[in-house]
Amino acid sequence: MRSHARIGFILLLTPLVLWLGLLIVIPHIDMFLISIRERISFGVYETSLAQYEKALTEPLYLRTFWRTAVMSVLATAITLVIAFPVSYYIAKMAKGRLQQVLFMLCLIPFYVSELVRTFGWMILLRETGLVSTLLQWAGLADQPVEMLYTDATMMVGLVYTSMLFMVVPLVTTLESLDDSVIEAGYDLGGNGVSVLREIIIPHAMPGIVSGCIVVFMLSLGNYLTPTMLGGKDSLWFTEMIYNQFIVRSNWELGAAFGFMLLVLSSVIVWGMLRLTGRTLQETMG
Amino acid sequence: MIPTIPQSRSFRLIYGSYVLLFFLYLALPLTVVAVFAFNDSQFPSLPWEGFTWNWFFGEDRPQIGVFHERGILRAVGTSAFVAACVAVLSVCVGTTNAFLFNRYDFRGKGLLYVLMLLPLVIPGIVLGISILVFSSTLANGIWDLAQMDIQALRPGLLLVILGQFSFITTIATLVITARLQKFDRTLEEAALNLGATRLTAVRTITIPFLMPAMIGAVVVAFLMSFENFNTTLMLVGSDAPLTIAMFDRLKEGSTPLLNAVSLLLMLGSSLLALVVILFQRR
Repeated sequence: MRSHARIGFILLLTPLVLWLGLLIVIPHIDMFLISIRERISFGVYETSLAQYEKALTEPLYLRTFWRTAVMSVLATAITLVIAFPVSYYIAKMAKGRLQQVLFMLCLIPFYVSELVRTFGWMILLRETGLVSTLLQWAGLADQPVEMLYTDATMMVGLVYTSMLFMVVPLVTTLESLDDSVIEAGYDLGGNGVSVLREIIIPHAMPGIVSGCIVVFMLSLGNYLTPTMLGGKDSLWFTEMIYNQFIVRSNWELGAAFGFMLLVLSSVIVWGMLRLTGRTLQETMG
Repeated sequence: MIPTIPQSRSFRLIYGSYVLLFFLYLALPLTVVAVFAFNDSQFPSLPWEGFTWNWFFGEDRPQIGVFHERGILRAVGTSAFVAACVAVLSVCVGTTNAFLFNRYDFRGKGLLYVLMLLPLVIPGIVLGISILVFSSTLANGIWDLAQMDIQALRPGLLLVILGQFSFITTIATLVITARLQKFDRTLEEAALNLGATRLTAVRTITIPFLMPAMIGAVVVAFLMSFENFNTTLMLVGSDAPLTIAMFDRLKEGSTPLLNAVSLLLMLGSSLLALVVILFQRR
């Protein structure tokens, strides 16, 4: 029987190890190795930190890196602020059938490809788009208004794209908050603001953290939205990775960029977990 | 701020309209995409030129409908093939993972579990390039050793499937593990007492119990694969799946054809989602 269990264990362990080893761990090590080499001549490489040096000294690269980070944090914050009241409404104010329907309505847009969602925003906001025509019709503009290709538009798209991943964890944690706890808060003389600050937000913290982590990751790693909605000045870090790999075939620099993105996202995720004293298992699993 | 606590009328009104606005915001882009699929014009924008089905069924230029556009149909086929492979593979591995984490205690289990979650927090593009880099290292190594060119390791469908599999498996594992944790082990023990072998017990008792989660995971994996863009973008070869094909067309300028494809996608994925929800409610 013991040897039986052992064979079963090995049989179950093999796919896991193959998957994580061949598709996650080794490829990332390989990517790191490529990023720390420099091409000397045809087929001759030398280990050096030249790629990172280039990435950290070239103003365009560095600027894009920080811009992407800051904009992603901003997108996460905006998503949280917009999603929180709605999630609270779904979890606590709406009851029964209405609650289910509202929750479903939140999910539906995200069964559709991100490409379609971005396309929708393009139809709405471009120069010949719906909003521009509407503004002219209302007399608020006397010529077509181009609303695409700005940071604000890109932000609208980013927030839209990741909304679901904030709403779902928030609704789940808020639903588990007992109404009587809120009532007790009011009975003890609290008002709307203090109940929100002392009871509701602390209770929702796990949902806030996991929502923020996922939204941040999705914004940071987004390619479509910045490419389609953002302007020339709103280059996203993922676009630079794509350019180095596919357009310029400079894999060394591209791998260095990829590694920088990975480190940035890990640091921020780790920081958020650390700040709230939670582990990855609790937040994701 | 719950229904049992009285709130002023104006507060409720403002709160209600905020929620309404939010849902308008959610619905707006999709509605617009859907409506302009029926515009009898070369552009998915105003002015409205009248209603037409041509972007679905049209046979002649300039209004070739989805069902007569070879490029799009081929891309749909590619996407469906990739998605089916990814769904089957990831649910198989997800199931074995669920059993491993649920049934065995071993050294390094915690570490492996964290490692298993990692693909969710790695940006899709980085997953894509790391697999691209590694597969080409392998291909070059094999070429140096044996002068053999393994086409499968160059960008193409196999790499797309592996790339999507690498993170969708995590989701499948989480879905199936959640259900397995609810399983009552005594049922399996009863089967063993009645003379079943361990394998028979798992096959006839545990797997049927897991079925709803496994089917749910298949559908979710299929949808995620079908919609995936970032990882696919880095690994795609000459056969483009639908999202990549649509992206290429969108860059060149859009016609209502893309709206028609999008509308069909929306209908298809809502239908699949509905099936899952109904199935799980039963």
